[in-house]
Amino acid sequence: MSLEQFIENFTDLFDETDPDTICATTRFKELEEWSSLFALSVIAMIDEEYNVEFRGDDIRNSTTIKDLYDIVKSRVE
Amino acid sequence: MAKITFHGVGIKALSACVPSEIVYNKDLGYLIPEEEIEKTISNIGIEQRRIAAPDVTASDLCFKAARRLMEDNQIAPESIDVLLFMSQTADYRIPATSCLLQQRLGLPRETLCFDISLGCSGYLFALSTAFAYASMQGINRVLLLDGETFSKIVNRRDKVDWPLYGDAGTATLIEKGDYGDSTFMLYTDGSGENTLKIHAGMRNPITPDSCVEREQEEGNIRNDLEVFMDGMDVFNFAISKVPKSIKLLLKETDKTIDDVDYLVFHQANRFMMDFFVKKLKISPDRVPYCISKYGNTSSASVPLTVSSELSGQLDGSHTVVMSAFGAGLSWGATIMQMRDCKVSPVIEY
Repeated sequence: MSLEQFIENFTDLFDETDPDTICATTRFKELEEWSSLFALSVIAMIDEEYNVEFRGDDIRNSTTIKDLYDIVKSRVE
Repeated sequence: MAKITFHGVGIKALSACVPSEIVYNKDLGYLIPEEEIEKTISNIGIEQRRIAAPDVTASDLCFKAARRLMEDNQIAPESIDVLLFMSQTADYRIPATSCLLQQRLGLPRETLCFDISLGCSGYLFALSTAFAYASMQGINRVLLLDGETFSKIVNRRDKVDWPLYGDAGTATLIEKGDYGDSTFMLYTDGSGENTLKIHAGMRNPITPDSCVEREQEEGNIRNDLEVFMDGMDVFNFAISKVPKSIKLLLKETDKTIDDVDYLVFHQANRFMMDFFVKKLKISPDRVPYCISKYGNTSSASVPLTVSSELSGQLDGSHTVVMSAFGAGLSWGATIMQMRDCKVSPVIEY
């Protein structure tokens, strides 16, 4: 799996946020569109695209998109 | 793995009763920023919910549903051999509420009664118990009453739980008859005990301090006698277990998703159910939803959905799958051939 593809999958979840403003170091919880319900879309995307179980603590303990990617990557391999 | 198959027993009739008081999620401005309310409603799919008055309990709602079922189908109280009450919001800690319902419904003293307590998956587990009793010699009819009043155990300033939960009571009559096979597959994972929990009880004794409201995670307010739910962990649990459990049930019973006439989910939230529909590739018109009107009514949600959405539609023979999941963690699914099931429409208390 690639970081670029993960960021694209993540970016696709947003309706209103400009994709160009999202990169690996983006602190996703600070995005205007982010909410606890939005987190469910991220968990669903990770299940669908990577077949990885993602828990609430994984979201809570992550700050950047790269942090999410690293957790997913560690469970895919 | 608990895989159970029954022959010659089935659901003869079903009914439901909800409180008449409606609360609207659009009025949650005190809890959720105004600009997020619309999006929250569209995500969880809940416009309104029914909330029981302080002096109305789950057993009251079930009582009224049971009366309706007995009237609509001319069921004599003496013909009921077993009464099961499934709830986590029983009238008292002692005695079992099913005993009070035996008296109230005028069932004979020969009636076998007991309560079952389980989370949102409870209806399926209780239904399998009802089917088991109805399969035994000496038992002809089982009345299963499943009701919840989560409004009494959710804090109104808990933004995870309060927008979701509604109250309802249901009645299901199970009996011996010319029914086809019914298969249940039921699962448990107690390692997830902290995902959904009321802290105070016997393990953590109730003291005056248990009633003190405190600010918890992310500004949610609750006391130790009210429900905590980790929404993200529940979601992760449900999406990883529910579609798989349905696929395995179909495989084990030599069916495909196209054989299913109706797939009735526990009405947890709209976003989650839409995800299951997509994942299972089932046509959405076979998946009834009543969540926009009633919210998540915990274990009552499966029979409430049948009463609300399938009344008059279960004449003849239909292949129905029911799927539910919740605290425990606990989950499961059943597939049955329903035959001329008399479904009374939802009534108000």
